[in-house]
Amino acid sequence: MNLTEKNLYLCANFQANFKMSRTAIIRLLSIVTSLLFLAFTGSAAEEKKFNVTETIMHHVLDAHEWHLWGEGHDGTSIYLPVIIYDNGIKVFSSSHLYRGKAVPVADSLKPSEYLVGKGPAEGYALLHEKIYKLNNGKLAFHGAHPKNAMPLDLSITKNVLSLFIGALILLVVMLSTAVYYKKNGAVAPRGIAKFIEPLIVYVRDEIVKPNIHGAKHTRYIGFITTAFFFILVNNLLGMIPVFPGGANLTGNISVTLFLAVCTLLVTVFSGNKNYWRHIFATPGVPWVLLPIMIPIELVGIFTKPFALMIRLFANLTAGHIIILALISIIFINKSAAWGFLSVPMALFISVLEILVAFLQAYLFASLSALFIGAAVEEDHH
Amino acid sequence: MDLVSPSFGLLFWTGITFCLLLLVLAKFVWKPVLSAVNARSQKIDEALLEAEKARQEMKTLQAENERILKEARAERDAILKEAKEVGLKMIEESRDKAKTEGQKLIESAKQAINNERNSAIADMKAQIATFSVDIAESLVKESLAADDKQKSLVSKMVQDIQLN
Repeated sequence: MNLTEKNLYLCANFQANFKMSRTAIIRLLSIVTSLLFLAFTGSAAEEKKFNVTETIMHHVLDAHEWHLWGEGHDGTSIYLPVIIYDNGIKVFSSSHLYRGKAVPVADSLKPSEYLVGKGPAEGYALLHEKIYKLNNGKLAFHGAHPKNAMPLDLSITKNVLSLFIGALILLVVMLSTAVYYKKNGAVAPRGIAKFIEPLIVYVRDEIVKPNIHGAKHTRYIGFITTAFFFILVNNLLGMIPVFPGGANLTGNISVTLFLAVCTLLVTVFSGNKNYWRHIFATPGVPWVLLPIMIPIELVGIFTKPFALMIRLFANLTAGHIIILALISIIFINKSAAWGFLSVPMALFISVLEILVAFLQAYLFASLSALFIGAAVEEDHH
Repeated sequence: MDLVSPSFGLLFWTGITFCLLLLVLAKFVWKPVLSAVNARSQKIDEALLEAEKARQEMKTLQAENERILKEARAERDAILKEAKEVGLKMIEESRDKAKTEGQKLIESAKQAINNERNSAIADMKAQIATFSVDIAESLVKESLAADDKQKSLVSKMVQDIQLN
């Protein structure tokens, strides 16, 4: 969390003077591979402001489009389907919002305009990637935030698409592993199974078994292994700078929230008598202290998964922000020569992030197993 | 603030995707793969155990072989020793036998020689007597005319012969 804040702070300091479009992120990333090319063309869009914070936030947050390359209206994006529930389900392409009319708002806001949808998106506006219902054709602001109602947004956003791609990859890889065993029986693994089997066995033997004692552990292998591979695949997918990767899915609070809630529910519903006794009548604590202990223990049920949620979110988001900030140095200084500094640094962090991708998947699975293990532990006193 | 505020849409899709993944992967991947791994490890364990057993068996077999070989060797040695002893004994015996036989032969030869000598002596004595008598007869025939002299001489002579 600290790291994230620090970087945001750094970026905010840099933001004032620099020119570049909001969608420069792909150009930022392409410099990694074509430094020379950019040395000749890098100053093309100097009239526009380069806003580091906006650039980075645009990347780490969700969007209704998947931006590929180019800038602004010349840019190439995949416009993803918008699905909203507003007195019935409405589905339309997000291009109807992105290509809508830009209405300026206060200059102090970033972005300083909101987009009014047209065609099937008539009556809706897009601001900060949020869809608002227009009131008399415009948004009514109260301070920085519109007061307008928001329809229930179930759009296939960039992160949702990335989620589907990750799930598809996971399914293809895992099912082909399973097919190998179905075909060959209990033999030494070859091909994809040779790569996947040690990971599955590792999760079972090094994560599930040591934390959840006894035969009960088999019941939780499914959840913990799925969580591990889900996080791992999406972490790694997020490290690929171009489509179909690059979405900051596991660094999105919604995803980590869902995973943490899963752990919480599994823990609470697996909790045996011993677990609840430790919460409501902690052994060895005088009864006078129980009025203090019970609330603490109850809060403790929620802080553990909360920490899981924050840990994954903060680590992954911080990684993305650091890499983007390092690449942004080139555009802040408007000189490709800075690439000789920022590219090696970004490369170093990228390699580190691959380690973090594995580490965070391991940590989430391991801590989930630990919490569940504590909930199903038999009394040893 | 956008960074830390969850959005319902993503939460919704994550939930659906994760739950479906959990169902499919748990049923069709984790379970069969882990059971295959378990079966394999059991197979390996069994194979190792069997190999160990076979090794043990071979060891006992080898020990047995060695024991039998040792016994056979001992037996052979014993037989050889016995044979040697028997041979020696036989040689000794035949030597003894030969010795006694020789002794006996010598003894009987000596006896025979003695007998021959005695009979020869007796024979000689008889012949000498005959010769003597003949000589004496012829001598006496010539010198003795008187009967009484003859008679006394003959009796004296007979007495002498009898003494021998």
